[in-house]
Amino acid sequence: MSDVAIVGIGIHPFGRHEGVSGRAQGAAAARDALRDAGVGWSDMQFAVGGSDAAGNADTLVADLGLTGIEFVNVANGCATGGSALAMADRAIRSGAYDVGMTIGFDKHPPGAFNAEPAQYGLGEWYGETGLMVTTQFFAMKIRRYLYDYEIDPHVLSVIAAKAYRNGALNPNAWRRTPLSVEEIESSTMVSDPLTKYMFCSPGEGAVALVLCRAELASRFTDRPVFLRSSVIRSRRFGTFEVFSPWLSVDRVDGPTVDAARAAFEMAGVAPSEVDVTQVQDTESGAELMHLAETGLCAHGEQTDLILAGETEIGGRLPVNTDGGCMANGEPIGASGLRQVYESVLQLRGDAGARQVPDDPTVAFTHVYGAPGISACTVLTR
Amino acid sequence: MSASTVTPRFIDDSLVEGLPDDPVLVSSRCRSCGTVAFPSQASCPRCTGLDVERYPLSRRGTLWSFTTQRFAPKSPYLAAAAPFRPFGVGYVELDGKVRVESRLIADDLESLRIGMPMELALVAFHDDGSQPVLTFAFRPAED
Repeated sequence: MSDVAIVGIGIHPFGRHEGVSGRAQGAAAARDALRDAGVGWSDMQFAVGGSDAAGNADTLVADLGLTGIEFVNVANGCATGGSALAMADRAIRSGAYDVGMTIGFDKHPPGAFNAEPAQYGLGEWYGETGLMVTTQFFAMKIRRYLYDYEIDPHVLSVIAAKAYRNGALNPNAWRRTPLSVEEIESSTMVSDPLTKYMFCSPGEGAVALVLCRAELASRFTDRPVFLRSSVIRSRRFGTFEVFSPWLSVDRVDGPTVDAARAAFEMAGVAPSEVDVTQVQDTESGAELMHLAETGLCAHGEQTDLILAGETEIGGRLPVNTDGGCMANGEPIGASGLRQVYESVLQLRGDAGARQVPDDPTVAFTHVYGAPGISACTVLTR
Repeated sequence: MSASTVTPRFIDDSLVEGLPDDPVLVSSRCRSCGTVAFPSQASCPRCTGLDVERYPLSRRGTLWSFTTQRFAPKSPYLAAAAPFRPFGVGYVELDGKVRVESRLIADDLESLRIGMPMELALVAFHDDGSQPVLTFAFRPAED
């Protein structure tokens, strides 16, 4: 078993790019990652990639080079990028390949996602009657969570304000204008208790990573970041997930809890050792809940942590330092890899104006999505 | 022909029985482990058993969580083109066994509270041009 190193990172800015296809953004990110690793496409022995709505990743060979390599498409909802990374990790860890690439890109039309019930094994009635809307799920989950842990919803605006503040420091972010807590709180109510500026929006963007066997990393870079674990988990009976026409009264931990726990165990790292983290913030309530579900803090502890500034870039546990989904938008195929891109920048010390101080050594990433999947990674330098 | 003489159509007859006057939601119950699933399905999602029976759910329950849908859902929402009016959505716990996701009806959606008693109702949420289309909903119980 080989350990895995990330030796090249590439990104196409997130946002809206009129006239630029998702595939073109993916190819740009791939070239950026190759340049960062000091290699060419012909050096890649395999690739794994995915997009949700912008075409098959393996067609990128037409742009990058028809070299005949193994190229596998991954489609795993909001965990598409995280899943592509996990598959690339397995390919190297198993000894099958020495070096390869993972790519995620997407381009979604404006507005909320519209999912097809049949694709999720649900009756048409579920979508036809107006229940198949992701924003409803996030609103109902945070409403119940705030009730169970007696949390004041004001903290949701504080979380969103941090996202836009961090996004303003990130040249690749979509939304780079800071918003005040008051502006967020008083913006249009979308799905109570969540307002417009507490939500991320479907968007565009791409990320690519060059990975290799850890012992080969020095060929490509003097600053490798090691992928200590990458874990995907699906839901078990009794969890509360997006697109659920019904729930059991017997609750069990969701896929985020399972994936995070396994990722920390496999890495031999404790949540308390994490220096910088990126967690799924589809909306600000998701960040609040995921901080506890991943084990980074206790349930109900979040408000104290957040109001004390501990999740800010200079705090004890910096969260979503690149602005997260709220400031970057959600191009599904790219989101999970964006988190890893940001983690590598932070661990290299290359994050510029948003650099976490004191030489962070441990990073953690987490994505969550329909119909109840999560992908987590632990990274160290 | 006035609208009142047109027979409404229910969105999916597999969800309910007792239409039009005494509707109840129909779930499936596993004969092995007792797990109740809605809508009814042919296998048990908990123990994977195939021995399931029809199980009509109580018309009354309590509100577990909720929100308000404040923008028109995209397709396949049937009423996407009609003038939009916000509607409630929530999970209602029935028989202490299952929490069913449902549209919610209330004179004032702001008055909804977690834990409040709810009862089953039908709501005409769409008109397909020839007849109104009904689905199930819950509203605050009248006592």
